[in-house]
Amino acid sequence: MPGSAAARSNCCANWSRAEPSGVAAPHASFRNNGPSGGPNGGLRISFSGIEKRYGMRMALRGVSLEIGAGECVALVGHNGSGKTTLLKITALLARPSRGQLTFSSGGAALSTDDIKQRIGMVAHHTLVYDELTAEENLVFFAKLFNLPDPVARARQSLEPVGLARRANDLVRTFSRGMRQRLAIARALLASPQLLLFDEPAAGLDPEGQQWLGATLASLHAAGCTIVMSTHGRNETQGSVTRAIRLEGGEVTHDSGPNGDPYGVLAMAAVRETAEGDAR
Amino acid sequence: MAGESQSRIPSGPAISLPSVLVVFLLLAAASYGALIKAPEEATMGLIQRIFYFHVSSAWSGFVAFILVFIGSIAYLRTRALKWDWLSVASAEVGVAFFTVVLVTGPIWAKPVWGIWWTWDARLTSSFLLWVLFVSYLILRTLVDEPERRAMVSAVFGIFAALDIPLVYFSIWWFRTQHPQPVIGNGGSLDGRMWRVLMLCWAATLGVMSLLIRIRYRLEAMRMEVDALRLEASRHTR
Amino acid sequence: MSLAHSTATILAKELRTEFRSRELLGTTVVFVLIVIVLFSFTFNPTSSESRRFGPGLLWIAFLFAGSLMLQPSFLREQANDTLAALRLAPIDPFSILAGKMAANFLFLLLVELILLPVFAVLYNIAILPVLAPLVLVLALGTVGLATTGTVFSAVAAQARLRELLLPLLLLPVLAPVLIASTEATVGLLRDPSELSRVWITFLTSFDVVFLTAAWLFGEYLLEE
Repeated sequence: MPGSAAARSNCCANWSRAEPSGVAAPHASFRNNGPSGGPNGGLRISFSGIEKRYGMRMALRGVSLEIGAGECVALVGHNGSGKTTLLKITALLARPSRGQLTFSSGGAALSTDDIKQRIGMVAHHTLVYDELTAEENLVFFAKLFNLPDPVARARQSLEPVGLARRANDLVRTFSRGMRQRLAIARALLASPQLLLFDEPAAGLDPEGQQWLGATLASLHAAGCTIVMSTHGRNETQGSVTRAIRLEGGEVTHDSGPNGDPYGVLAMAAVRETAEGDAR
Repeated sequence: MAGESQSRIPSGPAISLPSVLVVFLLLAAASYGALIKAPEEATMGLIQRIFYFHVSSAWSGFVAFILVFIGSIAYLRTRALKWDWLSVASAEVGVAFFTVVLVTGPIWAKPVWGIWWTWDARLTSSFLLWVLFVSYLILRTLVDEPERRAMVSAVFGIFAALDIPLVYFSIWWFRTQHPQPVIGNGGSLDGRMWRVLMLCWAATLGVMSLLIRIRYRLEAMRMEVDALRLEASRHTR
Repeated sequence: MSLAHSTATILAKELRTEFRSRELLGTTVVFVLIVIVLFSFTFNPTSSESRRFGPGLLWIAFLFAGSLMLQPSFLREQANDTLAALRLAPIDPFSILAGKMAANFLFLLLVELILLPVFAVLYNIAILPVLAPLVLVLALGTVGLATTGTVFSAVAAQARLRELLLPLLLLPVLAPVLIASTEATVGLLRDPSELSRVWITFLTSFDVVFLTAAWLFGEYLLEE
């Protein structure tokens, strides 16, 4: 959909509704801290026979996939289909019970720490500390990610997400939408080459969803590999280049790196509506 | 990122008839030796004979707890659940043996010292060991998912096992500073008594290994039942 | 990032979080105070009685307080799953444990140092002449408490009934520390005062054994 990126940025430029007081309208592009540009900017991931067992329950059964650099993949499926588990394994948070997971960037071999350095994740929970301020949170994570001049980096990261004016407020005082923005800022701190989003639009109002969609578009344009689990039709699907459907821990449909993802996305949406009616 | 090895559920009976017979014979011989053949102790008389079972139970309990230590480390290294089955089986049997120790101690103490309990170094240490591994078993009941349960009990099992020598030393040194009535023979053992003690220990080790095997098999079968239940529920959808 | 560096960063974060609210610190100090006062009703606190029973009661109070105060160590990381955030970072997983152990050590030591003079006054025990060796005993015992306590709080965080479970797991394992610290303290308060080499060496060995065990096996507790 060639016109969609342009349509998205127009959308944001025309967005004039005011945010809750104290929050500036966010920018849609990420010039300073964006991931390294170009088609080789993203990580390539290879899943081979990935299985994950929790006790007697198989969360993933034999998932084999290749995700190329710069792809924007949507994972669709019901709750319990294995989306979150697959994301966790990709983030190196969980170990697969069986199978191989390989990352590459421009052909070089990567150690575990190298891989972690290049991954940013936005999860179901916010992954930030309520008892610290927005800036303190980002400074802390910037330090853990070995970033030079962590304080400056943290301040810079707050700008694009529109939280610069709330830098010194405790996260406990933030609204759901603001926390989500902070979570995204946290994920983008170290200029990741791979972004993992677990239902990033959940809990966001329509404005927030629009903003998120624009954010994803500019990240995709900058060459980052994105893998995103999504539950239904929403604003974030504009940049998607590939859709993979999971059911019962297996891949049932994959639109492939060059295919049209909207078929799979539409089918998933229809299935959900049908099931919603049936209930 | 490699995966874990699967644990096979063993087939056939948990314990064989020949092994049961051997252990039964050992027990019979040991009982005969302890209750009849062994020489009577000069000062304490008949009650002293309980000491053969008291001490050999303690030694076998130790071996059981060492098995918990080994099983715990092996589980963390290999992630094969069979090591967890070994750990829980050994812990339960070990607790059972230490219960025997804690019961026979007072039975011995009352006629000899006139009091049910003395904070004797060995008995106190046994008590603390018993508490430690009961805590291990309680921890296991509070975690539902098998892999998570195996993991946390392995870590706690290692810490508990490492604590054993520290418990013994600290209580022993404390007691040398603050002496109390001692359970068991104060002095050295007559040669015949040693032989009977060794025989009793062999018998209790035999009982211990049979019990651990049975309990191990029980745990393995539990997992199999859970797996079958899961398979069945999937097919009936 | 080096282990030392990431541990220090996490330690700084723990300290900042705690000193911002000071709720845990304050509550623990009051709790130990209550225990000390209650204990004073159970025997006649003359000078000689106090010197015999006091140290034991003080250490029991510290152990109970510790096993309650160590709970939040990992529970706090469950609220927003910040533990996952820590594990996502390119740091040695042990630094997560080490940072928390160091923070818990400092909090507990602070509580103990605040309450030591209170204890001395209430029980008529002269601690000033033996203050330095007494602080040494406190520190060594607290290392053991903080190390095992932090590891077990990670264990308990994954189980049910965790408020009850942590003391259940911790107190038996710490019995040797109780014995050693109490005896060492009694020895110091005796007249003439003596610092028991045996108990100090023992406490140090306990600390080394469990720090090593935590380093070797602790990270497994953080995995999924």
